[in-house]
Amino acid sequence: MKKVIMGNHAAAYGSKLARAEVVAAYPITPQTQTVEKISEMVASGEMKAEFIKVESEHSAMAACIGASAAGARAFTATSSQGLALMHELLHWAAGARLPIVMTNVNRAMAPGWNIWSEQNDSLSQRDTGWMQIYCESNQEVLDTIIQSFKVSEKVLLPTMICLDGFSLSHTYEVVDIPDQDEIDAFLPRYEPEYKLDVNNPRTFGAMTAPEWYYEFRYKMHQAMMQAREAIAEINEEFQQQFGRKYGMVDNYRCQDAETLIIASGAIASTARDVIDSLRDSGKNVGLISVRTFRPFPDEEIRSIAKSARQIGVIDRNISFGHEGIFFTETKAALYSTSNPPEMYGFIAGLGGRDVTPEDIEEMIHLTATGQAPEVTWFKLKKDMEIAAS
Amino acid sequence: MDNEIKFKNVDDLPPMTVSFGLMVINKTGGWRSLRPVIDNKKCTSCMICWKFCPEACITPEEQPVINLDYCKGCGICAEECPRGAITLIEEGK
Repeated sequence: MKKVIMGNHAAAYGSKLARAEVVAAYPITPQTQTVEKISEMVASGEMKAEFIKVESEHSAMAACIGASAAGARAFTATSSQGLALMHELLHWAAGARLPIVMTNVNRAMAPGWNIWSEQNDSLSQRDTGWMQIYCESNQEVLDTIIQSFKVSEKVLLPTMICLDGFSLSHTYEVVDIPDQDEIDAFLPRYEPEYKLDVNNPRTFGAMTAPEWYYEFRYKMHQAMMQAREAIAEINEEFQQQFGRKYGMVDNYRCQDAETLIIASGAIASTARDVIDSLRDSGKNVGLISVRTFRPFPDEEIRSIAKSARQIGVIDRNISFGHEGIFFTETKAALYSTSNPPEMYGFIAGLGGRDVTPEDIEEMIHLTATGQAPEVTWFKLKKDMEIAAS
Repeated sequence: MDNEIKFKNVDDLPPMTVSFGLMVINKTGGWRSLRPVIDNKKCTSCMICWKFCPEACITPEEQPVINLDYCKGCGICAEECPRGAITLIEEGK
């Protein structure tokens, strides 16, 4: 059934369709409507789940960890400062190999206090062992929750699904909500091999000495590498059943493109329109929308970028003292190629600053003509402009 | 012990750090530097030590009995005993 819904509600419906059995969550702008909707659906009996009200995000993740360790399908949602407060427990969830799925509404970190979109919140959690997926639309948010439970339960790693604050979380779009029995056919019950069970007592997460800790870390890495295959397989299966596909990256009109732009999340969806108009005027340009940041799609980018002469990477994030984070990762992926393209990084849209089609067109132009330095703080207000404004 | 399992290599391990049985094989008494000793003449069997022991190492028999295989020597029993019947003795002495 098609409905016009906000991204936050797409996340709530996704968790309901996935038959999440335990949801422990704390409301935070701009994620609040996800928690409210789930709470309403649980209260009315429309969603069969235990909704746990908690006093903080740290507790929300702790409750999800307990539920998942007991064999329940667990879901939560957060944003920005809330995700930061969860940090310690993100390591616990991934290290315990629990297939928890969470949506994170990308929001800038304070100070200055800001509730608008930026990726520094989720990218700061890069090395916690969570898979990370960046969505372009509300449909993609719902579908990715369904797919991610299946991928997570296969490789035993949790997934964080990111959607831009306001430009997705609060924007109403048409979303095709599948029927429950279709989802049930796609996503079977979670049956863990190891779980908390009073009849078969076990200790989880106990002291692990240097003798074996190293091997457990390797197994997490191995699972993340196996996730590449699982994401592709499960995406294929999803496409056959529902007709929509995503995968690790989405190449948009990249065929024979001399200039490629790399973006993620809502900026990538804006970039599609720009690519269309530039292609119409005969320019050889394409877009790589990076969906999975962990595992990172380095092989996919290498294969698409073969014919490219220049690549521009748009980052709605900044690693202070270095550059945009997707830029760093993309350059590293292409370093080993024999004839790497020229690379340009653009820092844009921090703290919810609008990134317009005109801005993206200018970034593509700067990339194609090689007129930009290696890293550009795009449209940074300089002294003169501040005085004038 | 029966439930002690030896792993050979990385492929042999479970995905997460999980025990394959009870943790009774892990005798934490080895951590102890101070050993609680009960003076049975002073002890009135009130079992306050049994109630307070955070490791459940005290068995409430006719008089309390401390399981030194697991007692970590925290000294809470000695602190809580209303008769001063428990003293802590340095291990090795």
